[in-house]
Amino acid sequence: MTDSTKRYERLLERYRNGDVDRRTFLKLMGIAGITAGVTGGPMGWLAREAVAGSPDQLRFDGWGGVVSEAFREYAFRPYTEATGIDVVDGTFGGADEYLARVRSGRPGEFNIAHLSGVFDYARYHSLDLTTTINEDNVPNLQYVIPRLQDPLRAITNGTLSGIPYNYGTTGIAYNRKHISDDEAREKGAQLMIDPAFENRIGGWEEWKTRIWYGALQTGQDPNDIRDMEAVWDAVREHRDLALKYWSSGAELMSLLAEEEIYVTEAWSGRVYALQEQGHDIGYIDPPGGLGWQETLFVIAGSPMEECEELLNFMLEPETAIAVAEGQNYPPALDPQKVDLGDKVPNLPAFDPGGTLEALNFFDPEYWNGHEQEWSAQFSRVQRGY
Amino acid sequence: MSATADRLFDRRPWILLGPALSAVTFLLVIPVCFIVVYSFWLRTAIGTEEVGFHLDNWQLVLTDPFYRDILVQTIRIAVVSTLLCIALGYVPAYFIAYAGARHKLLLILLLMLPFWISYIIRTMSWINILGVSGAVNSALMAVGVIDEPMRMLYNEATVVAGLVHFLLPFMVLNIYVSLDGIDRNLTAAAQSLGCNGWQAFREVTLPLSLPGLAAGSLLCFVLAAGTYITPMILGGPQNAMFANLVFETIITQLNWPLGSALSLVLLVLLGAVVMAYTHFLGLDQIAKSFR
Repeated sequence: MTDSTKRYERLLERYRNGDVDRRTFLKLMGIAGITAGVTGGPMGWLAREAVAGSPDQLRFDGWGGVVSEAFREYAFRPYTEATGIDVVDGTFGGADEYLARVRSGRPGEFNIAHLSGVFDYARYHSLDLTTTINEDNVPNLQYVIPRLQDPLRAITNGTLSGIPYNYGTTGIAYNRKHISDDEAREKGAQLMIDPAFENRIGGWEEWKTRIWYGALQTGQDPNDIRDMEAVWDAVREHRDLALKYWSSGAELMSLLAEEEIYVTEAWSGRVYALQEQGHDIGYIDPPGGLGWQETLFVIAGSPMEECEELLNFMLEPETAIAVAEGQNYPPALDPQKVDLGDKVPNLPAFDPGGTLEALNFFDPEYWNGHEQEWSAQFSRVQRGY
Repeated sequence: MSATADRLFDRRPWILLGPALSAVTFLLVIPVCFIVVYSFWLRTAIGTEEVGFHLDNWQLVLTDPFYRDILVQTIRIAVVSTLLCIALGYVPAYFIAYAGARHKLLLILLLMLPFWISYIIRTMSWINILGVSGAVNSALMAVGVIDEPMRMLYNEATVVAGLVHFLLPFMVLNIYVSLDGIDRNLTAAAQSLGCNGWQAFREVTLPLSLPGLAAGSLLCFVLAAGTYITPMILGGPQNAMFANLVFETIITQLNWPLGSALSLVLLVLLGAVVMAYTHFLGLDQIAKSFR
């Protein structure tokens, strides 16, 4: 029974008991009718969003496409059959846009999201949007690589508000017709600021990645930058040589496939997809290259037990492997504990040992501490300043 | 007529305008008030807002040359796009207005056809036209005009091309409506008084079509100055417009207070253009009808 129906029945009962007179009853019904008219008409979509957070429904937001299809097939449908709880499946175009939606929403309106990296986990924590998962309710958590859990636990005092789900790298992709594997390996991050490729260079329009690679290009540790001016100069140098900053995986693939650009940093899974399509694109993780992980994050205000049960369904190896194969990123499952099939071990960035020792990750405390200053400054540098 | 009847008569426009005024109040005025309030808040280091009355955002927006330069760039791109729309839109509008009744409907339908396709898809189509392996390069290479593909995408010119592509139908429709309303006898009268065809157009048709031209220009300028999709898809790293800054400040930097101040600057600029139009070219004629 909905809240509106309950309110109506209570009002009717009070009228029948003589607690309210006929005029007041009709007035209240009229007001309710107007309200329903407003919210049920052009504003009806708002009401549907709100319903998604109720205990008989959970809202999941992800990247859409094959990933969502895999979730629907392997996790949501069996979860609904087992529990009777529907999963409302939404999508977003980017983590920043999604956070803006969560912040402008109401507690409980958004429940679980497939978010990027440790950085976003820390951002949500700083905005009081984290929860505490009861790990006893998620037995499949035992299969998740500890190295991926540790940075999350460090942020939320040893507990988890989200579960690592997959990982990948942001390395350098290059067109083998114009750049050999040897040249790419030799130049590493410097390839992105090589004047020989002026107007053939691309780059992700994201301040963190631009600064990370700027640090590598100036020989600095991206998690402990000492000379920021040198990094900004490297970012400017890259900007002046670049044809285009891309803002989505689809745009990245189009620029490489159409040969508008010959070299760019790129997401490992997207490059694998291009290689599968037959494009002669090489990919390296340069020394100090950037690793990242994605989490299934439970947002504050969500019904925890229902969310934990859904997380457990999503961590089932069958589901995690299907999603991994769909999006070409290795799952966060430990290959020493779970048989990951035939395709996953061939994906870029896959670590058969499950230790991920070779990957570098954003230090969330360091990067969050500079977010406000650096993101604003990148906006200026990007535009010619 | 009694005083009571007079009062009833006076209320009628307001009753009729009620739904529209309510919509404008709830969907525009109140949200803008929220944005005004937001613009005086501050974003803290951890990403939350500090409520209060702070002038920091306004001081930054109004004194920092970065914002001024992007605003000037935005106005320049919007003006160039509008002028190109005028240059490219007048002749088709004239042609449609003076076409036979049977062809006119078909031509207007063709003009409306692009609106059936998403603006984003239409914008992205330029990548397939001007790209390295796009239609233009492929054609030129096929006929031997060039050996290597030309690089035509991701610069200010492609941003303007994308905007003109998007805005041209608005300009043509406005000019067409204006031209269609001109009494054909006036042109004939001018010619009977000794004007040749060009003189009749210059002295009669063109001046009478100026209101449509001005309305189309206003619409094109406002839409162009407020866009962010086109430079995002077709621009290079440095071809951003002011709306891109608003988007980036609010969505990427999560600095809603500063983003609010930036959006209000754009709102005031575009509002000033509309006010100037109203003052000089007579949008207030609509209001006069109620006096």
